[in-house]
Amino acid sequence: MTEPLIRAEGLTVAYGRAAPVLRHVNFTLNPGEIVTIVGPNGSGKSTLVRALLGMIKPASGTVTQARGLAIGYVPQKLHLDPNLPLTVARFLRLNRRLSDVQVTALLARTGVPELAQRELATLSGGQFQRVLLARALAGNPQILVLDEPTQGLDQPGTAAFYRLIEDVRREIGCAVLSVSHDLHVVMSASDRVICLNGHICCEGTPSVVSNAPEYRALFGLGTGGALALYQHHHDHGADHPEHTHEHSHEHSEACDHDH
Amino acid sequence: MIIDDFILRALIAGILVAVAAGPLGCFVVWRRMAYFGDATAHAAILGVALALAFDVSVFAGTLATALAMAVIVAALAGRGWAMDTTLGVLAHSALALGLVAVSFLPGVRVDLTAYLFGDILTVTTADLWVMAAGAGLVLGLLIWRWEGLLTTTISEDLALSLGMNPARERLILTLALAVTVAVGLKVVGALLIAAMLIVPPASARVFSRSPEVMAVASVILAVLAVIVGLVASLQLDTPTGPSIVTAAAAFFAGFLALGAVMRVVKAARTGRG
Repeated sequence: MTEPLIRAEGLTVAYGRAAPVLRHVNFTLNPGEIVTIVGPNGSGKSTLVRALLGMIKPASGTVTQARGLAIGYVPQKLHLDPNLPLTVARFLRLNRRLSDVQVTALLARTGVPELAQRELATLSGGQFQRVLLARALAGNPQILVLDEPTQGLDQPGTAAFYRLIEDVRREIGCAVLSVSHDLHVVMSASDRVICLNGHICCEGTPSVVSNAPEYRALFGLGTGGALALYQHHHDHGADHPEHTHEHSHEHSEACDHDH
Repeated sequence: MIIDDFILRALIAGILVAVAAGPLGCFVVWRRMAYFGDATAHAAILGVALALAFDVSVFAGTLATALAMAVIVAALAGRGWAMDTTLGVLAHSALALGLVAVSFLPGVRVDLTAYLFGDILTVTTADLWVMAAGAGLVLGLLIWRWEGLLTTTISEDLALSLGMNPARERLILTLALAVTVAVGLKVVGALLIAAMLIVPPASARVFSRSPEVMAVASVILAVLAVIVGLVASLQLDTPTGPSIVTAAAAFFAGFLALGAVMRVVKAARTGRG
């Protein structure tokens, strides 16, 4: 078995003195694996990603990255001031040396070769995400990290973007760790879907759900099979002690939701 | 015509302010820190009062209070306060407190307009050395940290993922702002320093295609405003600080109009072709 790219053990993260956002999370990402983290707003998805990338320090627990791990990070949509004149090419070159040929190749790879000299602030949401992806690919990453990459995109745009991620992954064989706030939309190629709500509730493959005919009918062929539905009845409140997850439960610890 | 020494000194002082305020002003514009600049500058008046009361140099007093204000504002910003309101309260309170403090000074009739609107024609050679050191420090910091400051401005997440420290970059901007306020006090005064930070970059934005071009163009436009404002104030016998800012504002209006015309021409051309 190869060494994992990132391993977290007993990870607990808190902001200031507030109650921890994440509690005792154990997580392993292996080379080439596609893992999607889903969870409602405020469930700690972004926090988990940030802790795994070393952007924030955990209150307790450890995060271990493979030595010399090359990470391609696609942040959530940037809020760029329109008064900042920044071409796409210059953005790709932030803290990085890239030749014109490399810039063109990266943008061609993500399907937007014509954008090199456009200003970042004038791009549409879909174009912007592709430019962010191009930047993430610049360092030949072993792992691509996407934090809600399709926020603000419509459904065809989302499907096209996920298809692109799958293509890129097939080509360079990197692991993909992505975050989705939409409990129903995850990459169908995901090896694992992790449901997070302050802790890992459950994880499993999305294929069981994506093959169900009623969901096929809903998304149909319009998405080219890039999207799958991940059904999750997240209504285990006080009066619903039993869980109704329609996917395999691969962990033994009980889901202790405290709402 | 032989240029009088005091005019030459005024010119150099103005250029020093332009050199620091141009690139720093770009970050003020990009990061929407205009009010932050105001608050820091207004705190300078309190610094003037304290400096005169304790008989230390006005530059040192101004630098100290501007720095204190900048640090307070930066600390509040990190706590998710509604910045607009907080900054408004701080900016105007600092100014009012400073004016009240000045009035308490025993036996001194302080010429407040000099500190509020600048008194560039009384700049001494000693002043120039201090200002040159300050402007050099600001410019050096910005050039040294340019890529990190730019990345942090674009996305703090991106900066963090690259192993940068956005908090440190913010601190550098805060420090640079305080020094620039101290440098600019004698040239345009506490009330108009923010104008030197914002107006030249806003003009440069119209035609700039990269952050670096915008920073350099801001310096050039600010220097031009200093020259035009200084000459005009000597010819028309108007206050120099406000004349410099008026010149900068006139450039801004000109570039805005030019930009609009260019857009129309471009649209007409593409429409035909």
